[in-house]
Amino acid sequence: MSARIAIVVFPGSNCEYDALDAVNALGATAQFVWHSETSLDGFDGAVLPGGFAHGDYLRPGAIARFSPVMSAVQSFAQAGNPVLGICNGFQVLTEAGLLPGALQKNRGLTFISRSCTVSVTSTRSVLTRSAKLAQELSIPINHFSGSYTCDDATYEQLVARDQIVLRYRENPNGSRDDIAAVCNEVGNVVGLMPHPERAVSALLGSEDGRVLLDGFIAASQLVS
Amino acid sequence: MPLHRALGLSDSELDLIKGVLGREPNPLELALYGVMWSEHCSYKSSRIHLRRLPTEGPGVLVGPGENAGVMDAGDNIAVAIRIESHNHPSAIEPYQGAATGVGGILRDIFTMGARPLAVMDPLFFGELSDARQRWLVEGVVSGISGYGNSVGVPTIGGELTFDDCYASNPLVNVLCVGALPVQRLVLGIASGVGNLAVLLGSSTGRDGIGGVSVLASAGFSGEDGAASLDDAKRPSVQVGDPYEEKRLIEACLEMLDRGLVVGIQDLGGAGLVCATSETAARGGVGMDVDVSAVALREAGMAPYEIMTSESQERMLAIVTPEGWPAVKALCDKWEVRASVVGRVTDPETNAHGESVGMLRIRDGFDGEILASVPAASLADDAPLYDREKRRPADLDFINSDDPTVNEPVGSPNDDLLALLVDPAWVYDQYDSQLFLNTVVGPGHDAALLRLAGPGLPASERGIAITTDSNPRWCALDPRAGTALTLAEGVANLACVGATAIAVVNCLNFGNPEHPEVMWQLSETIDGLGDACRALGLPVIGGNVSLYNESAGRDIDPTPVLGVLGLVEKLISPPPGWQWRSGDSVVLLGTREAVGAQPFPLGGTQWATRRGRRGGLVAGLDAADFSRTAHWVTSEVAQICAGEESDLTAVHDVGSGGLAAAIAEMASESGIGLESSGPFSHLELFSEFPGRFVVATSNVDALLARARNANVAAVVLGVAGGERVTFAPLIDLEIDVIRSRRSRALDESLHPVA
Repeated sequence: MSARIAIVVFPGSNCEYDALDAVNALGATAQFVWHSETSLDGFDGAVLPGGFAHGDYLRPGAIARFSPVMSAVQSFAQAGNPVLGICNGFQVLTEAGLLPGALQKNRGLTFISRSCTVSVTSTRSVLTRSAKLAQELSIPINHFSGSYTCDDATYEQLVARDQIVLRYRENPNGSRDDIAAVCNEVGNVVGLMPHPERAVSALLGSEDGRVLLDGFIAASQLVS
Repeated sequence: MPLHRALGLSDSELDLIKGVLGREPNPLELALYGVMWSEHCSYKSSRIHLRRLPTEGPGVLVGPGENAGVMDAGDNIAVAIRIESHNHPSAIEPYQGAATGVGGILRDIFTMGARPLAVMDPLFFGELSDARQRWLVEGVVSGISGYGNSVGVPTIGGELTFDDCYASNPLVNVLCVGALPVQRLVLGIASGVGNLAVLLGSSTGRDGIGGVSVLASAGFSGEDGAASLDDAKRPSVQVGDPYEEKRLIEACLEMLDRGLVVGIQDLGGAGLVCATSETAARGGVGMDVDVSAVALREAGMAPYEIMTSESQERMLAIVTPEGWPAVKALCDKWEVRASVVGRVTDPETNAHGESVGMLRIRDGFDGEILASVPAASLADDAPLYDREKRRPADLDFINSDDPTVNEPVGSPNDDLLALLVDPAWVYDQYDSQLFLNTVVGPGHDAALLRLAGPGLPASERGIAITTDSNPRWCALDPRAGTALTLAEGVANLACVGATAIAVVNCLNFGNPEHPEVMWQLSETIDGLGDACRALGLPVIGGNVSLYNESAGRDIDPTPVLGVLGLVEKLISPPPGWQWRSGDSVVLLGTREAVGAQPFPLGGTQWATRRGRRGGLVAGLDAADFSRTAHWVTSEVAQICAGEESDLTAVHDVGSGGLAAAIAEMASESGIGLESSGPFSHLELFSEFPGRFVVATSNVDALLARARNANVAAVVLGVAGGERVTFAPLIDLEIDVIRSRRSRALDESLHPVA
């Protein structure tokens, strides 16, 4: 049976259809889960898609972390299930404490939407498990607050525990140490600012996101 | 000043209102007429001219006059498209002006039942050497970015024009396309006596009161243009909330999907009075509106403020009493406010025995009647003016002051470099990829999208959209300039393999009380009508923005045309601009322009840069143009359909002429071109549509096909090396072109003090 992936939708999410389409196109079965739900029972993996959850009011992810669904996401992650935060979803996961660090406004203080090259710097996460170390991927970024930051102690832990899973080849936004994606200690919760779901079709310019989403779907299947 | 004049109504308009009512209007009623009969809402100066445009053709499902034009795109999918201006608000408060422009046009699209899929923004500012212009550009672009990205509709293109005539009156136009399953098409009609009018979305505040009448229907007349009026007019600018809009879109589309509404209408200019009177007038019914039921943002608002507020992110849905609980529950889920503010009523019979739907404003449904006017008189009975027209007295002199004839060649290298501007600084701030549809995004000839989206039937088709304008052409000859602008749009679509199917227009002009402006408007409409008929295209919607002037100076006539195109099968991207080393580079299309001059420089970037604003523009041979454009379309469409082709790159010769087209292609390819020529500076910099630069891996095959299609073709050279050379006039390294092109805009916006 194909992996059942929850696409967690907050009011103000706007990449939910793209995530749904991409995950379905790669052979999994995706389904929306509204933010007021309190359970992720029956799902093998969860994606928090991009957008502006709760309007990004206060700051990105700050209100979404209080949505009812987030306690379900928390226990889902603690049970070892794969959880992926893309862009705004990454911001939500850091605000919820499921991932270390924070995303601050881009250096230059403008929204940036363009293609970026990222390199795989760890394959121990559910997102990068199918990729090769040092593999370079062309994936679009699309954010205003994507500059990853954390304190020195957290950074040293990230490095020591191999939690930095993607780095930008040319840093677009001022992220600390070119960080584009991090995972938690176990590797089952991952957040990234680039949009892999926008890179699954040659017609649209890149298929490099497939290897990431394929890995995530495969990991979801393993757990179930 | 008498009240009616303060509300923007003339003495004769007051007399008309008295005639309609058979009595003196009360102040609230006057306020309703003031906004509904404003130039912005009633098109009273332009409507008699707009009637000359062709509006019918195969595939037109909804033409002008509705919230958006709708075309049948095949596969049971309809495409809705609309273009609007938000010029005056943006002149005063650029971020909110531009942001609410985006919000407003999205509502026009989803009002039709269509999911908004893409936005384009043609922008016009003064020269960037002026600090105020830089402030305007940054504000407008961040407003579009801030609202559009958040609301979740990709911005896939637009235009960027700098000219002194926009210094005090920038133009911010916005085009939106959406798509819907054909059967979901809805119109803004109220019907069914006893049905409820439900106000959805944001609460109603004092923002934007008089937006249409104070702002959009008068010029900036102060001594120093917009600056002197900033403070007085700023309260008329609305404030946008993309988060509210996003929830509103999803709630409305779900309501329409589930068949819960009878009719739906957005609240835009003129707010609640416009939405209630238009829906009632279209349905031939009356409506009672209870101002006390409207959720307010602040206390103590007067009924006229509630009725004319332009608070954003609001919709009016007509629902049956039985359907109301389901609508309420749906709105609760999306956290969208919904309150019953009106009821559909039986039409009354007037003294002449005619059936008249009355719009009654009440304080409580059974409370005092504060105003009572025929709904249709607000929506449809505004006077139409055939204002005086006069060809500008100095136009002959301007046409004779011709840079084609008497401007020295100068340094073509320097000219070319100065013309190259990559707008990436702008579009890198826009999310252009949402919905996984964008095959060709901003910065190229036309945007190309998969025809797909949530809730749409499966399709392999694509839609292409371009916006085009050339106010420099139109200042010299509005009729010919507008025809050429349409051809330019069709040529842009050809480059992505799309066949044009429909046109929308945003006519930005000066003060209609100036006879020269009315002449420009009338000529433009005739130029557009003639070119549309010649090219077989219907005009399915439009917007007229008048009073674009400051300190008595009108802007150049600026018709902005949006052209929608279709690609039958889109499974592979079109070739784009990048040629490969060894490809032959070919100029397609009739080399010389129609008209008095083979290569006119009037109205070109080249001439404008030298301060030369006179001269003549080319004519349009529609048959010759169409033959070339159709052939290019079919060549590219084959590639989109996945067929093998020797064609490796395509670009339309547009702004900046042949020299700019070649430089842009070389710059994107990183591969040069040495052309044997010989070319004159006239041919290199002349701008007229109908010419394409293409690259091919098999030049003999391409030339043979062109010959068969009776399309002129001349080989320019073979791509290779690191220089762009048109001996003896131009010789530049690609790196120099590339660096100048990519840095031009950023450096102008952020000058080193």
